Parts: sequence; structure tokens; C-alpha cells
Amino acid sequence: MELRMDSSQLLGITTFTYMFSTLLYVAVLVFKASKLGSVATVFTAMAWLIQTAGIALRWVESYQMGIGHAPLTNMYESVVFFAWTIIALYLFIEWKFKIRIIGAFATPFAFLAMAYASFSGEIGKEISPLVPALQSNWLIAHVVTCFIGYAAFAVAAALGIMYVIKNKSENESRETIAGTLPPLPVLDDLIHKTMVFGFIWLSAGIITGAIWANSAWGTYWSWDPKETWSLITWFFYAITLHARYTRGWAGMRIAFLAIFGFVSVLFTYYGVNFLLSGLHSYGSS
Amino acid sequence: MKLFDTLWAFFTSVKLAIFTLCSLAVTSIVGTIIPQGKPYSFYIDNYGAKTAQFFHILSIPDMYSSWWFLGLLGLLSTNLIICSIDRLPAVLRIITADNLAMSTERIQKMVFCRKWQVPSDHPGLAGLPELLRKAGWNTTVRREDRNELYFGQKHRWSRIGVYIVHLSILVIFVGAIIGHFLGFKGSVMIPELRSTEQAYAAKDSSPIALGFEIRCDSFTVDFYDNGMPKDYKSSLTILEKDRVLLQKDIEVNNPLTYRGITFYQASYEAYRDFILSITDKATGQSKRFVLPFQQQTTWDDQNLQFGVINTEAMGQRAVRSKIWFKLGENPATVVWLADNTSTSISSGGKEYNLTAKQMYATGLQVAKDPGVWLVYIGCGLMMIGLYMAFFLTHKRIWLYKHVDATGVTLYLSGSTNKNKPAFARLFSRLERLVDQAFELRL
Repeated sequence: MELRMDSSQLLGITTFTYMFSTLLYVAVLVFKASKLGSVATVFTAMAWLIQTAGIALRWVESYQMGIGHAPLTNMYESVVFFAWTIIALYLFIEWKFKIRIIGAFATPFAFLAMAYASFSGEIGKEISPLVPALQSNWLIAHVVTCFIGYAAFAVAAALGIMYVIKNKSENESRETIAGTLPPLPVLDDLIHKTMVFGFIWLSAGIITGAIWANSAWGTYWSWDPKETWSLITWFFYAITLHARYTRGWAGMRIAFLAIFGFVSVLFTYYGVNFLLSGLHSYGSS
Repeated sequence: MKLFDTLWAFFTSVKLAIFTLCSLAVTSIVGTIIPQGKPYSFYIDNYGAKTAQFFHILSIPDMYSSWWFLGLLGLLSTNLIICSIDRLPAVLRIITADNLAMSTERIQKMVFCRKWQVPSDHPGLAGLPELLRKAGWNTTVRREDRNELYFGQKHRWSRIGVYIVHLSILVIFVGAIIGHFLGFKGSVMIPELRSTEQAYAAKDSSPIALGFEIRCDSFTVDFYDNGMPKDYKSSLTILEKDRVLLQKDIEVNNPLTYRGITFYQASYEAYRDFILSITDKATGQSKRFVLPFQQQTTWDDQNLQFGVINTEAMGQRAVRSKIWFKLGENPATVVWLADNTSTSISSGGKEYNLTAKQMYATGLQVAKDPGVWLVYIGCGLMMIGLYMAFFLTHKRIWLYKHVDATGVTLYLSGSTNKNKPAFARLFSRLERLVDQAFELRL
């Protein structure tokens, strides 16, 4: 008997593995069980590898169906990729800065994204063929750069939430869970680094989108709601970086901006497709 | 001069930049919620007559081209230009500074500073400049009496990264302005086998002379099994005074450009006409006809009568067509032919090859934009500037060797313009290298 898994099974499992990752990291946080930390990391890394296999398999399956394309072309595929990028970025940050607690705040984003992808009735999971406008190499460049940016902003928001919690607990001087959170200057530095990272990739995402639009329709910018909202998000983080650099804004303000910036990201990513009309309504099917 | 100073201070302020960016962000949101570019009646229907008039006065229906929005962009540009003029000279001075002129007091006062004291004949002293070089620092040296000052730095030009980012925004704006004034956007529908010498402006449908002729030789549309469009392909020819100058098959994402004007495959229209090609197999004679649906046509030379008498269609698309074909007084042949395929017909001892295809018009977006390359250059500059501003740091290292009667005092100092933690690690490594050179195990 041959055991063969297809991409939808691997991606379906991923929702649950990321949920378990979240629980592990939260346990590390709540019970101060640092020994569980390495279990959480290893488990999350394995879950990420399974998701990678699922995405790669979906790519292969599309070719087997005769409609081969990168799995980045509809809402389902983009949400799955979003979750994948968040975990990839989070694991990198955990490896580089050796702070595991961030996992309790970052992995929920990936879990919620996968849960939405798997269980929402609004978005279709089938591998569907590409309409002519989407048949371009720019598709991969544009979607990948945008989502790396979005994932970085998600992690920045997670760090922002941690900052707010930590700051409030320091004001109240009680021994709480917040005590295990990293020191405020460390969180502030990480928020800054992830926002900068996100800003650079969002810039690349907007630029690749413009170049693609020009090769498809002869206009690199048409103030389409999606384009405009990506610019609004770009303005938001540009303002935040300027306020921090030159006005010396304190950590609490930056933490709130990191959280609100992500609201703008969510509207750019999701709200535009479902609440407004325009060229990017591909997302809503 | 006070007014000038006040104005200058206003335009160099970051507060102005933050205000302008905020205004641009908030007003941009408005333009995504209130639909753009609709006819006046749309706003009356959806928002009421009074609000529609209010919108009209503020140019809300076309707000991204409105005087006030462009004014905000102009304000931002002025802010960027004046900020850069104001701050760039100081930055250039730091970049080109003679760091060997640094006084010993300042070297000793730096945040990153470490001191060693060794006898003058210590063997480790000789290899110090080489040690710095091996660690990746090309140094310059200044000697005074028996004292030596070595200096090395990296990525000093990264300090202009932020100015390159700001410049790139201005370059993009200039590219957009050039494109707006020297270019155009329009569209045109060209039926198969026909040509045109003009396109129609997107703004007001006024005709735009192309300066050459463009002909659609054929258009095909393929569909997936589920009925979704798979591919639109047009075979286009450019002619000037009936001379063929360019021929290209275009599809979506793969346009044709000639003399600065680009034609993009955008849409199509299905006609209720057919293109029939008939070839006499014996003589090789061939002719192409445009057949309106259910209308009989003749090829007099060949004594042929034919027509499309029925079609099986999926929406606008003819999947198969029923062709009626009669040679002279011979009995007529009736054959079902799948769209855009060929078949052989024998009649009255002659053999014909028949190809039938539904006739389409190709829908092309036509655009001329002399500024687009400047916009792309601006985009490239922005990525380079962002990389320089955020990933490269201006790092400086001084090694000062002071010789006097008591021996040698060595100072290692460093400075960085950002990312202090990373520089602290780098500085520690250099300290350890010097420790090793003096064989100090700490």
C-alpha cells in the first residue's frame, strides 16, 4: 500500500502544527518553562518544513494538471505563503537574537492565517488556471517581495504588542508573565529592525508591481485602490521611521505605530480585495 | 533676510515632511473609498446632489490629479530638495574629512577606546599596521616625531544613502511628469485583417494619430476547459507607406513597441462574422473571405458559392460552424467545422482546403511614455539608497602610537554612525587581535 500525500493534506496539517507551535511557545511564556523552548523551536521548524513541502507539492501538482504556475496566484495561496513567510522570518529572528519568547506572539499570526485559509468558506482552495494577465514572471517577484514585507510588519506588530505589555507591567511593578519578556530596549531595537526590513521589501514589492503593470497594461501607476493602499502603508512606515530617526520618538509610540501599521497592511492585503473594487479583485474568489 | 531664514527653516523641517506624508496618506484613503473617475450622475445617485457638488468643487472624482493633491506632492518635493541642499554639505564634509587630523584628545575621548602600555622594544608593535590590514582595514598613516597615527574606515559613502533615497523620489516624480506631458494613453479595437493609423485617448476618446499603420493579421483566443480565458494572441504588423517594418505576435504581458508607442493586448471583441480561407489544392490558388453570418458569398473565378449557415456557440464564442459549400452546379456540401480548423472538401472532381475561423477584433491598450525609463531609474536608485542607508555603516578606526621616554602608549579607538551593538562586537574583536599581538591572554 502506497502512502501518498498531496499538497492539500500537507497544508491542512500545517494549520494544526502551527496551532501546536503557538501552544508550545505560550507554555514557555506562561509557565516560564525554558526547557520547552527548544522543543517549540524544533517543532516549529519541522512544521515549517512540512508546509514548504506542501507549497512545493502544490506547485508540482499544478504542472501535472497542465496549468502549471507558482502557488502565489489567489487568496488561498497568498495566505498560505504569508503564514510561511512569517514563520521563516520568525525562526530567523529567533536564531539570530536567541529570544524564544517572541514565538508566543509571532506564531499566532501564522496560525490564524492558516486557520483562515483552511476554514474560511469565502476563499476557494482549488488549483485554478491563470488568466492571461497573471501569466508573467513578474508575478513571482511581486508577490514574494510584498509578502516578505507583510510578514516583517506582522512580526513588528507582535513585538509591538510585547513592548506594550512589558511597558505596562514595568509601570505597575508586579511580578507577572511580562517579567519573562525581553528588556524594553531590546524589544525596541527589534521593532525597528523588523520595520526597516519590512519597509525595504514593501518598496521592492510596490516597484515590481509597477513594472509588471507597465508591461501588462502600459501604466505603472493608476491609483487603483490596491496600489493606493500599498502606498498608504508605505507612507505610514516612512512616517514612523522619520519620527524615530529625527524626532527621537520613544519606544511606546513606536510600538503603537508598529501595531497600527499592521492594520494598514491587513487592509492593503485583504480589505481592499473584499471591501473595495478594482484590478486586484483576483484575490476575492 | 529674516523671512528667507524662516521659510528655509520651514522647508528643511522634518515636521513638514511628516505633515505632508500624513496628509498624502489620509487623502489617498478618501480616493479609495469614493470611487474615482465616474460620471457626475454617479455621485448624485450615490451621495445626493449637494454632496456631489461639494465633491465636484474639490475635484474629488479625480482627486489624484487635483490641484491640491499635486500641491501636496509639490510640497513634499520642495521639502526633499531643500532638506538635501541644507544637510548634504555637512555630510560631504564628514565623508571627505581628513581623519588623520584627529587630535589625540578626541581619540582618547571616544566611546570606543582602549589603551595599552608596552615597552618601546616590544616585538608586537611592528606588526600592528599589518594586523589592521589583515582584519580588513586599509589604513593611511601620519607620522609626527616618533608618534604614528593609523586610520582606516569603511563605507563612508553610505552616509549619502538617505539622500539617494530622497533623490530617487524626485527622479520618479520627474519621470511621471515627463510621461504625463509628453506621452499619452489610449486604446483601439482592430478587427482581424483591418488596420488603423490612430488610437483613441483614454480621457476623452479623441483620436491620436500614430504616425504609422498597424494591422491585425489575426487574433486567437484560447480557453481552458472550464471556460476561463487562457490566452489572447494577436499577430500585428507595422507598416509605413505600405512597407512592412515590424511584425510581432503579442499576448498579455508581452507587448509590441514601435517608435516609442507600445501596444498591449488588453481585450477583444467577438464578431458574428467569419474568416474563410479556401485553397484550390490542384492549382494552389487561395483566397480569403470575410463572411457575415448566414450570408452567402461567391468566388467567381472558381465558380464557388459558400456561407456559414449555423453555429454552435458558447456565449459569444463560436465553437463549431456549419459551412455550406457549392461548386458550380454540383450538389452542395455541408460540413460542421470546429472553429479555427481546416478540412478538405471534394466536389465536382476538385479538391479544396477550407479553413473557417470566427472573426474577432483585438482590443489593444496604446501608450506612449517617454518618462517611464526615468521612473525605473528612480526605482533602482531607491533600492540602492535604501540598501546603503540601512545595511551599510560608516565605521572608523584609529590606532595611535605614542612614543616617549617611558615606553609606548597605544590607543585603539573607533566610531560608527549607526548599529552600535554590531560595532561593539567588531571593536572587541580588534581589541583581542591587539591583545594577542602583545601576547596578553585576558
